[in-house]
This record gives sequence, structure tokens and C-alpha cells, in this order.
Amino acid sequence: MANSKKRIPTNHIVGFLLSLVMTIVAAWAALQSDLPVMWIIIGIMALAVLQAGVQLFMFMHVTESASGNGHVPWNMMFHGFALAAIVVAGSLFTMSFGFSHDHGDNGGNEQHHEQHQEESGY
Amino acid sequence: MNIKALLVDGDPLIYGAMVSIGLVTVAILFLLTYFKKWGWLWREWLTTVDHKKIGIMYILSALVMLFRGGMDAMMMRVQLAFPDLGFLDSQHYNEIFTTHGTIMIIFMAMPFLIGLMNIIVPLQIGARDFAFPYLNALSFWAFFMGAMLFNISFVIGGSPDAGWTSYTPLSGAAMSPGPGQNFYLMGLQLSGIGTLATGINLMVTILKMRAPGMKLFHMPIFTWSTLVTSFIIVFAFPILTIALALLTIDRIFGSQFFTLTGEGLPMMWANLFWMWGHPEVYIVILPAFGIFSEVIATFAKKRLFGYSAMVWSMIIIALLSFLVWVHHFFTMGAGAFVNSVFSVSTMLIAVPTGVKIFNWLATLYKSKIEFSVAMLWALAFIPSFILGGVTGVMLGMAAADFQFHNSYFLIAHFHYVLIAGTVFACFAGLVYWYPKMFGHKMNERIGKWAFWFFVIGFHVCFFPQYFLGLDGMPRRLFITNVVEWLPLNVISTVGAFGMGIGFAIFVYNVYYSYRHSERETTGDSWNGNGRTLEWATTTPVPYYNFATVPHVDEIDPYVRMKKEGKTTFDEPNVKPIHMPSYTGRPFIMMAFLGLASFGLVFEWIWLAIVGLIGGIIFMILRTYDYDEGYYVSVEEIKRTERKARGL
Ligand code: HEM
Ligand SMILES: [Cu+2]
Repeated sequence: MANSKKRIPTNHIVGFLLSLVMTIVAAWAALQSDLPVMWIIIGIMALAVLQAGVQLFMFMHVTESASGNGHVPWNMMFHGFALAAIVVAGSLFTMSFGFSHDHGDNGGNEQHHEQHQEESGY
Repeated sequence: MNIKALLVDGDPLIYGAMVSIGLVTVAILFLLTYFKKWGWLWREWLTTVDHKKIGIMYILSALVMLFRGGMDAMMMRVQLAFPDLGFLDSQHYNEIFTTHGTIMIIFMAMPFLIGLMNIIVPLQIGARDFAFPYLNALSFWAFFMGAMLFNISFVIGGSPDAGWTSYTPLSGAAMSPGPGQNFYLMGLQLSGIGTLATGINLMVTILKMRAPGMKLFHMPIFTWSTLVTSFIIVFAFPILTIALALLTIDRIFGSQFFTLTGEGLPMMWANLFWMWGHPEVYIVILPAFGIFSEVIATFAKKRLFGYSAMVWSMIIIALLSFLVWVHHFFTMGAGAFVNSVFSVSTMLIAVPTGVKIFNWLATLYKSKIEFSVAMLWALAFIPSFILGGVTGVMLGMAAADFQFHNSYFLIAHFHYVLIAGTVFACFAGLVYWYPKMFGHKMNERIGKWAFWFFVIGFHVCFFPQYFLGLDGMPRRLFITNVVEWLPLNVISTVGAFGMGIGFAIFVYNVYYSYRHSERETTGDSWNGNGRTLEWATTTPVPYYNFATVPHVDEIDPYVRMKKEGKTTFDEPNVKPIHMPSYTGRPFIMMAFLGLASFGLVFEWIWLAIVGLIGGIIFMILRTYDYDEGYYVSVEEIKRTERKARGL
């Protein structure tokens, strides 16, 4: 604590600004832009990966290899991934198996979506 | 919006509640002023970062919440036993079962256990505080503000009424307009942040701050259960946080995550909720298992049978608890394969649980049992909990669950596990560690009265509900004047009042013991039968806990320390102790975030922004906080210890 008092934490400030910018761009893409839906999704995904990278490298010590007894950051990240896998795969498993509503055909999906919105008037 | 539109009106019960809340508030303010206690309150409690005091505040709040949730329960029981009386209307009934469930799980069971962990875990591992004392205070105030926010809902704005599970689309903006559901979302969000922070805090504390020599497999079993629970918290709570946030955005800002219109997926809420919700029930049962293990070992005067089997079964339960959530919505419409997978994983949980039951029995086997009040709670737990577990396995059979689901059979099941498990454990733990916290024991004679009233009341209340369920009585129903159901409902209500009396006696016992109990002279309160480090400290525990931290290289280290005449005051080796300073900032920061949440509840965005800015300012202040605490001098430690030990 004491020795970091004087230094300006450039890394953190840059990381903070970067994550703000990426968040704003993502929000803009979703709310304001008129890009095709597929591009919006791809763009947001890409931003999400970058965002995670910024967090990990600029704030969360992934670069520090070991603390005391073992590679703690990687260890915890592994658990995080395992949980994320359960959440995502588990949701897909329970929410899509055995139901018979038609989400299968990707072609019509986009149109379908737009139609819905018009009908319901939201 | 003017005040009249804000306050809930139209019901004499609520007017009564308003008047009594008003009177109690005035009385508290008056007493604090009259006895000039404001400074004391601020200096000793609102600004404290001492884990023992924070723990006491958790437990006090939890007892108040138990009272509130208990009043809700009695009102429901009156309605169900006398359905023709018109005691509650349907809206009021819906609000009451919602607040009852939410308060009992989120604001009673968890804080009670977290309170005990706060006080006991650092003492058990030979630490002087939590790893992050400031964060610990922050967690408490987050919980407290969340709980208060949730609790004012019934007089201001109206309570949530979509059940503690808050299923969409019912809980969405279209079908539940108004602030009610927002109270649920913001109250849980705020206190959830606190819980998550506590999970991290305890994890670090246990992993990094153990006494020298103490390996993980030397830790007392309650500390183990806390560690495992912290992992569940850290992995499960983010799911709740996200689900709550999505629903909040749905309700306040008009997005369509869980709506029926606009391609929303209402069932995704149930899915996410139970991905958190099932681990949550293990968050409240594993610490309970830990408490019972401690109590049973102490009063059977033996080392816990099968220590490592106990630890491993907890770890396995924790892993499995993330793989069973679908058993809460077998009837949602997923295919037979999905249901079968989760049916099997659900039943698997019964295996490690069974291992634990047999280990407790084996600990008791051929031991000289001392039937103290804490032990009575533990002994009552075993058979009662088995009834809950066995019916759980019945519910876990997907095909059968189509019959049981959402009937009183389910209600009986989870009350058998939650009350006989968690609530009995809270009482057992409080009685057991009471001398450590307050310097005197709870009166045993009165404690036994409370115990018998509560336990008998519990079985009279909930056992008939299994049969009500089998007779087809659904849960969350307020008109029950079906002839076949009436007798059992009346019996059940009688039992509920028995529990109420038991609780009242318990609370009276707090007062009675404060006035009349003998003050403790040794730290090892239970006839010298303490086995773990918390009993090695003096009573009352000095604020720095341990003058010198002993070297530990076995389970139950205090047993040997006593034989060898060692204490936690190794006079020649006393060194200055580094302690954190008290600070009022956690309280103020969370008050601001509480204000922001209140703003969001009523969708007054300007107020939310004001609160949020206040919170952020305090976070920024925290980053410039270079207060590194202070040192307790060797002379002071020696003086304190000599006095406490009568040297
Ligand atoms: C042997 C272990 C257990 C098994 C097999 C089991 C199984 C189940 C199943 C299948 C359900 C859903 C029934 C339905 O909705 O139709 C359920 C509900 C529930 N269980 Fe358990 N359970 C077990 C232990 C526990 C424990 C230890 C707790 C908490 C301390 C608990 C708390 C609950 C709660 C609160 C619900 C109802 C939630 C609601 O719908 O509001 N269970 N259990
Ligand atoms: Cu469950």
C-alpha cells in the first residue's frame, strides 16, 4: 500500500477508460445503430471478449504467476469457466430439449423477430 | 406523488402495524436521547469493524426478522384455520406469503448463520479479524439496508406479491405494476452484494489467516462448513445478481428478457432463479451441519466421528448442489430425458447427506451425552431432518413430483429441512456460543421450555401438512374451506402457535439471562469440554482475540493445550498487535446505496442518481484511504490478559 502511493496508476486509468468506451459502443450498437442484427451480435460478442481481456490484464493480476502456493488467478479462472459452462450448457439443455416451439430455423428468425415487435406495438 | 398515495391503506391490520412501527421508532429515538446513547451507538456499533460486534448485529437483525417472518406465518395460519372469518383478503394473503418466504430465507436464515460465522470462524482458526474488516462492515450494512428496504414495503408502496420465487411473467411490469416487485428486486440485490462480499471475505480469511501449522484438514468442522459455503456463495450469487438485474431492467426500463411479448423467455427466470436457488438452500444448510457437528462432539465429549468423511461429503454436496436445480420445475415442460437426468442427480445428494447422518450417530454411539439445551436442539435435528430428507427424495422422482409439486407436501418438505435443519442449528449455535458473545450463558431451564414448545409445535404444525398435500391442498391458496382439509389445518395452526410461544420464551430467556445468569469466569464455558480454539480465548473475548496465536498441528487442538497447560497468553512472546481502525464510511456508503435503491423502487430516477453518486463518492474516498490501523501495545495486552485470567 505504502509504496504505491506516489505512482500514478496509468494502467488502471487507461483500462477504466477503455472499458467505458467499449460499454458505450456496445450500448450504442444495440440501441441506436441500424446495423443488421447479426452484425450487432457479432460486434457485441467481440467487445465482450475485449472487455474481459481488459479486466483480466489491467485489473485482475492474471499476469502475476503465483502467489504463495500455486497459480491462484488461473485456478480461480478455471472454476469460473466451469461455472459458466454449467450455466450456459445447463440452460440450453433444460430450456430447449423436449420443447417443440420453432426456434430451429435460423433463416426466418430475424424477420420473425421484427414482425413480432410490430404486432405487439412495443 | 404525495404521501397519501405512497402509504398503503384500507386495512386495519396495516394501520395497526403503522401505528406500532411509529411508536417503536419514537420510543427508540427517545430512549437513545434520554440515556444519551447516540455517541455510544455511533462509536461502538455503527462504525465498528470488529467481526464479533458485526456478528452480534447480524444475529440481532436476524432475530428481529424471525419475529417479522413469524408474524406473517401466524397470520397465514389463522386465515387457513378459519377461512370463513375473512381475516385476510387474497391480495393481503399473497403479499404475506411472499414476504414471509423472502424474509425467512434471505433476511433471517442467511444473516443468522453469517452472524455466527462472523463471531466464531476467526476465533476457531486463531485469526484476529476477517481478512478485510472494512469490507465486512460494508457487507453487514448492505444486508441491513436491503432488509430495511424490503421491510418497509408493507406500509409504503405495497409489498411484493408474486411469491419468494418471483416467477415471471407474473412478476413482470405488465402483470405486477407498481413498486411491490421492485422492493423485492432491490432489497435482494442490495443484500446480495453484501452476501457475495462476505463469501469472498470468509474464503480469504480461512485460506490465508489460519494459525501457524493449521492445515486445512486440521480446521474445526464449522470452519470447514463455512469455507465450503463461501465457495457456493461466490459461485451462486452472481447468477442471482444477474437475474435480478435483468428483471429490474425489464420492469423499470422496458426491456424484454422475461416478458411474454417481444421474444422474452419467462421460463428463463425460473431457470436462473433455481440455478442460484438450489445452491442457496445448501448455503443455509451446510453451516447448520457444521454447528451440529460442533455441538454433538462437545456434548458427546468425543472427537467427531469420521472427520474427513464429514468434510468430503460437504464438498460433494456443494458440487452436486449446482447440478440439480431443474427439480424445482419438473412440471415446466422439459422432456423426459432432461427430467430424468436431474432426478438422478437430485437423489445422489441424499448419499453424502446420509453419510453425515451416520457419522453423527456414530459420534453419539456409546458416548456420555450431556443433555444441555444446545445438545437437545442437535438431537432433535437428526430425526426431524431425516423426515425432510426422505420426502425430498420422494419429490426428486420426477414422475411423482407431478403430483407433489406445489402442494402442501412440498411445503412440509422444505419446512422440515429448513426449520429442523437451519433454524434448530441457529438456536443450537446461539445457545452454544452465547457465553463467548455475551459473557454469560442462557438459562438452561427456560431454554428447555422454549425447546419443547418449539419442537413439539413444529411437528404438530408441519407433519399434518404432508397429508394435506396428499389430499390435494395446493400451496399459496387462501380459501381453504374444503371439509376434508379443515381438521388438519386447525391442528397445524395450533402447532404454529406452539412454535410462536417457544420463540417468545427464547427471547424472554435473553432478557432473563442478561439479568440473572452467572457471569462466566473461564473461557471454556461448557464444563471444560471445549475442543477448538474459540474456547481457548478468555470470556469476554478481548478485541484482539488472541494475545499469542498457538501453533496448531491437529484436529481439536485445545484438548491437548489444556492437558499441557498452554494458553493463548504466552507472556514472554507477546508482541504488538496490528488492528484495523473503526470507520463510519461503510455505514454511510450503504445508506447512500440504500437511498438509490429506494429511488429505483419508485422509479424516481433522480433520487437513484443522487444515491448512486453518493455511493460512488464514498468508493472514491476509499481508494484514497491510507489509514493502516494501529498497534496495540504489549503493556496493554498484558494488562488485559492478566485481568481476564486473574493472574
Ligand atoms: C436429500 C436432500 C433433498 C432433496 C432430495 C430435495 C428435493 C427437493 C425437490 C425435488 C424439491 C422441489 C419439489 C417441488 O417443487 O415439487 C424441493 C423443494 C425445496 N427444497 Fe428440497 N431437497 C433436499 C434437501 C433440502 C434442504 C437441505 C433444503 C434447505 C435447507 C431444502 C429446501 C427446499 C426448498 C426451500 C424447496 C421449495 C422451494 C419453493 O418452491 O419455494 N431441500 N426439494
Ligand atoms: Cu432444490
